[in-house]
Amino acid sequence: MSTVKFPSVLRANVGGAREVEAGGSTIGEVLDALVAAYPALRDQLFTDEGELNRFVNVYLNGQDVRYLDGPSTPVAAADEVRLLPAMAGGAGEARRTASGETRRSWGDEAWRPAAR
Amino acid sequence: MTRTYAELLREARSEIREVSPAEADALRQRGGIALIDVREASEWDQGYIPGATHISKSYLEQQVEAAVPDRGTPVVLYCAGGVRSLFAGQTLAAMGYSDVVSMSGGFQAWKGHGLPWTQPVVLTDTQKTRYSRHLLIPEVGSAGQAKLLESKVLLIGAGGLGSPAALYLAAAGVGTIGIIDFDVVDLSNLQRQVVHTSDRIGEKKVESARKTLTALNPDVAVIGHEEMLVADNVERIIAGYDVILDGTDTFETRYILNDAAVAAGIPVVHASVFRFEGQLTTFVPYEGPCYRCLYPTPPPPELAPGCSVAGVLGVVPGIMGLLQANEVLKLLLGIGETLAGRLLLFDALETEFTELRLRRDPECPVCSDRAREAREAGSPLAIAATGGVFTLGGSR
Repeated sequence: MSTVKFPSVLRANVGGAREVEAGGSTIGEVLDALVAAYPALRDQLFTDEGELNRFVNVYLNGQDVRYLDGPSTPVAAADEVRLLPAMAGGAGEARRTASGETRRSWGDEAWRPAAR
Repeated sequence: MTRTYAELLREARSEIREVSPAEADALRQRGGIALIDVREASEWDQGYIPGATHISKSYLEQQVEAAVPDRGTPVVLYCAGGVRSLFAGQTLAAMGYSDVVSMSGGFQAWKGHGLPWTQPVVLTDTQKTRYSRHLLIPEVGSAGQAKLLESKVLLIGAGGLGSPAALYLAAAGVGTIGIIDFDVVDLSNLQRQVVHTSDRIGEKKVESARKTLTALNPDVAVIGHEEMLVADNVERIIAGYDVILDGTDTFETRYILNDAAVAAGIPVVHASVFRFEGQLTTFVPYEGPCYRCLYPTPPPPELAPGCSVAGVLGVVPGIMGLLQANEVLKLLLGIGETLAGRLLLFDALETEFTELRLRRDPECPVCSDRAREAREAGSPLAIAATGGVFTLGGSR
């Protein structure tokens, strides 16, 4: 079992855990095991076609798996896997984007327009 | 035993080899040596040999080990006329420096031979006092301080990240600080946006920041850009800045900024924060990855909440903003190692820093060699961003 670490943006999908143990001998198997255990992660991690979303990076011991062997990258028991989606957060206030969208909340809170 | 000055000088000359200004110049240009000017500060201010380090003879024992840690490094010493540098050479030899020479005739002979010399920007007495703790650091010194005073840094946002960074950059004497922000100060900002104050609620953030920063340091000129950074104005706004500090909170702005900054060759120091966590890296065009190499596409809005809905512990943008300021200062001074190619994660709850390795994407639509060549060949930079395609340098 390798350790998978979650930033707080993803923790709501794994019951608030900072890290979980997951089985699998490759990155692909570890991610599959995670999604099987925590189905809420699926939309965050994968496209409808089952590809890893491009706004989520997966690091194995600090190295981006895109530059290793991608989903086939071997994972050993003592390895540390880290999932890291793009973070919006500067530390300003919510504001409308130039195209007029208003950001919405996500995760353990209901979707709603960002409060100003 | 009494010894005269003449005897001491003869002894020094017999112990320390002398080189002519021409030989010293050849050594200087070959590199791998330490060229040390042992004159007084007032003499240094009148001009010095390019590449020299200034250590006044009276501080030589105390400061030379920091400046020249390896005692095997060849050292060339000079003073005004070639005498003090001989005695300084004896001191270094006694300390175990194995390859020390003194330049005969000193700086006067150097200038007499028509060899190159530069005159440092002379700080005013007030500036010498204000920046005295910088001037004491060999890596900054008066040349570095002069560089900071001539530097221009652009802050995207005078918010949680921009506030602490702006305060310290202004205190450090960064001469021009540009701020892009069209917002006004809100009561809910003050938990972390420390450049603003309670009596400025409702005031434009750019104006509020200008008051704080110029009160802290009158050497600083604050340029306000009260507009939103969009594809149509980004090239005009960022032109002429040396470094950009990204404190944006929307992906759209971040991609627009990234693409234009890569094209303009301006480094961007990026940070973002969420609750107890922050992440930080420095994007140096073509030296490391750009934001698109890291995240080629933005997440859908519902999967990436900002601080206003998720919250943030006030010190987290404080810490990350100051780490950004540190990156900015290193870039401006040309010292140290930046975070180019490294992503630093900070977890305030665990007080834990983690470093991840980032790489340039050889297929990056913005910073790959192919994209760069196409841009240099004159094709416009057409980029798909959230909500549409932006063409920089053209109409949208």
